[in-house]
Amino acid sequence: MADAPTTSLTDNVAPIEAGAHVVTAAFLDGAPTLALADGAILVGAPGAQRRLEAHPGGAVLAAACDGARLITGGDDGRIVATQATGEPELIAEEKSRWIDAVAARAGAIAWSAGKTARARDSAGVVKSWTAPTTVRGLCLLPKGYRLALAHYNGVSLWFPNAAAEPTLLEWKGSHLDATCSPDGRFLVTSMQENALHGWRLADSRNMRMTGYPGKTRSMSWSHDGYWLATSGADACVIWPFKDKDGPMGKPPRECGVRASRITQVACHPRALVVAIGYSDGLALLCRLGDGAEILVRREAPGEGAISALAWDERGARLLIGLDSGRAGLLTLPG
Amino acid sequence: MTATTAAASEKIPVTVLTGYLGAGKTTLLNRILSEPHGKRYAVIVNEFGEIGIDNELVVGADEEVFEMNNGCICCTVRGDLIRIMEGLVKRKGKFDAIILETTGLADPAPVAQTFFVDEDVQNNARLDAVVTVADAKWLSARLRDAPEAKNQIAFADVIILNKTDLVSTAELREVEARIRAINPYARLHPAQKCNVEISEVLERRAFDLDRILEIEPEFLEPEDHDHDHNGHDHHHDHDHGLKHYHDEDMQSISARIEGELDPNKFMPWINQLTQSQGPNILRCKGIVALKDDPKRFVFQGVHMMLDGEPQRDWKPGEKRESKVVFIGRDLDEAEIRKGFLACVA
Repeated sequence: MADAPTTSLTDNVAPIEAGAHVVTAAFLDGAPTLALADGAILVGAPGAQRRLEAHPGGAVLAAACDGARLITGGDDGRIVATQATGEPELIAEEKSRWIDAVAARAGAIAWSAGKTARARDSAGVVKSWTAPTTVRGLCLLPKGYRLALAHYNGVSLWFPNAAAEPTLLEWKGSHLDATCSPDGRFLVTSMQENALHGWRLADSRNMRMTGYPGKTRSMSWSHDGYWLATSGADACVIWPFKDKDGPMGKPPRECGVRASRITQVACHPRALVVAIGYSDGLALLCRLGDGAEILVRREAPGEGAISALAWDERGARLLIGLDSGRAGLLTLPG
Repeated sequence: MTATTAAASEKIPVTVLTGYLGAGKTTLLNRILSEPHGKRYAVIVNEFGEIGIDNELVVGADEEVFEMNNGCICCTVRGDLIRIMEGLVKRKGKFDAIILETTGLADPAPVAQTFFVDEDVQNNARLDAVVTVADAKWLSARLRDAPEAKNQIAFADVIILNKTDLVSTAELREVEARIRAINPYARLHPAQKCNVEISEVLERRAFDLDRILEIEPEFLEPEDHDHDHNGHDHHHDHDHGLKHYHDEDMQSISARIEGELDPNKFMPWINQLTQSQGPNILRCKGIVALKDDPKRFVFQGVHMMLDGEPQRDWKPGEKRESKVVFIGRDLDEAEIRKGFLACVA
């Protein structure tokens, strides 16, 4: 695809009127799916969507997808699982709380409301833990049934089925989102202090990744797990994680440099290509190797920022959502 | 364009309600919510259940105060507020304003600093004013034994002196004088059951640099400040028989230069002062005339956080002069005056 003889794919984007701030984009068994700030979930191809009221009267605050199910947490305290067919299923409810973070992986689900974190295994057994401060980000690690919880002054690693207290990876500051490399070697958080922090899980060695003008709120691993693409700057900052030391002592790569803040990134699932969304509504594809760019969506004043990006499993379609309620589905030619 | 985008250009005003335990914050909040104002408020509270009004947008807060890991020792923010704002912004267009009620022992500074520090909060919302509810009967005692109560008075843009029906006129004058000794610049409204005009509480734009003088014509002239009562005086005028207090701990310092400042002296001075004295300076404000600059330079700050910009042009015939105000604890008045006077162009 990267060899496409064109520099613009804007004609290949089918517009979608989502009608509310798009919180998350995903593909559920191949069906484009948008989770919205008006509490609804749109499932299906453009023009043929089903609107599911997953959080009636509420807003989706956090969402995670494991391929078959989209797990959403709302300001109504509900944790809801939505599939490509059927009605949304209520998984749990935290009365009068906001759901701050959710994670989903291989049938397991985790969510948090304030300091309370809960993990639910594929059999439906729920375990709870109270973090020292409010949990901002959750990540189910790729190996074993283990949850990383980002909070103030570090990350806690919790085996929900073990009696032991979670292990604390300490680093001063407020940690927001958490992500783990696909091989399970590195854990990375974004921070309130406009930086990323990483740990090599084998020995808890610290990695500081700084220099961002803004907060990083979107991180995406390349399909081979060797690169971590990040938002928060006027370029897509891509950290190398191939070596055993990760990005320590190495400069990151940058691509997609524009005079606009990057808000979303999504690595292609099969090629070293990253989809990048900006605060002015523009979206493009960028090849990591040589930085070649293909335009996907033009900037549009008044149409807001890109707030969600997701590739389908094969990497043939890219779902784009904006905070203005606009959305679109790119289908790659060929 | 959807409604959400149309509203996106407007920043959501946030009013902070503080006040010591039992002063009447919840009374004021319920009063605001029950007025037929036609506005929709998102309300951030620490305890559910006290609000007597059904409101779909009542958000529970944890009042988590975090130190920013940025080398600034007094730079604390409300972590939960950043998170709540992120959620509320997604529902932009569903409400017109935010009211944040703090706990009785809360320091307003972390809330205000959150608006200086967090880019997302700053892009989507603006701090409108810090409104402090004080108990006319008990405030004098609290000012002696509760540093939190004194902070809340010192920090306030608007003070509702509540429960005036429980005190005599003499007691009321005394407590007003004690408030003025700490903060002569806030709008002061004596009240019973928080019966103040809502317009005196909301949409104050107290942190709006453009509005600093327009909204506070009595700026630096505290003797004219309160129109509800006979003017009482902090600085010099004892003719009305009003008491003058000096608070041992918290002071306000104002200084004026009838002329222009040298920006190459003033900017380093104000930066250095707020950096070194930041922990003690609760609030500061100023309007200064910089040499060769047609515009008024306006600034305001909270502890070490400073926000300043050139404002409107000096009008023809308007006297180009420079004024600064500091409210804080254990401030070295002589040193501050000396430093300010040395900035003369």
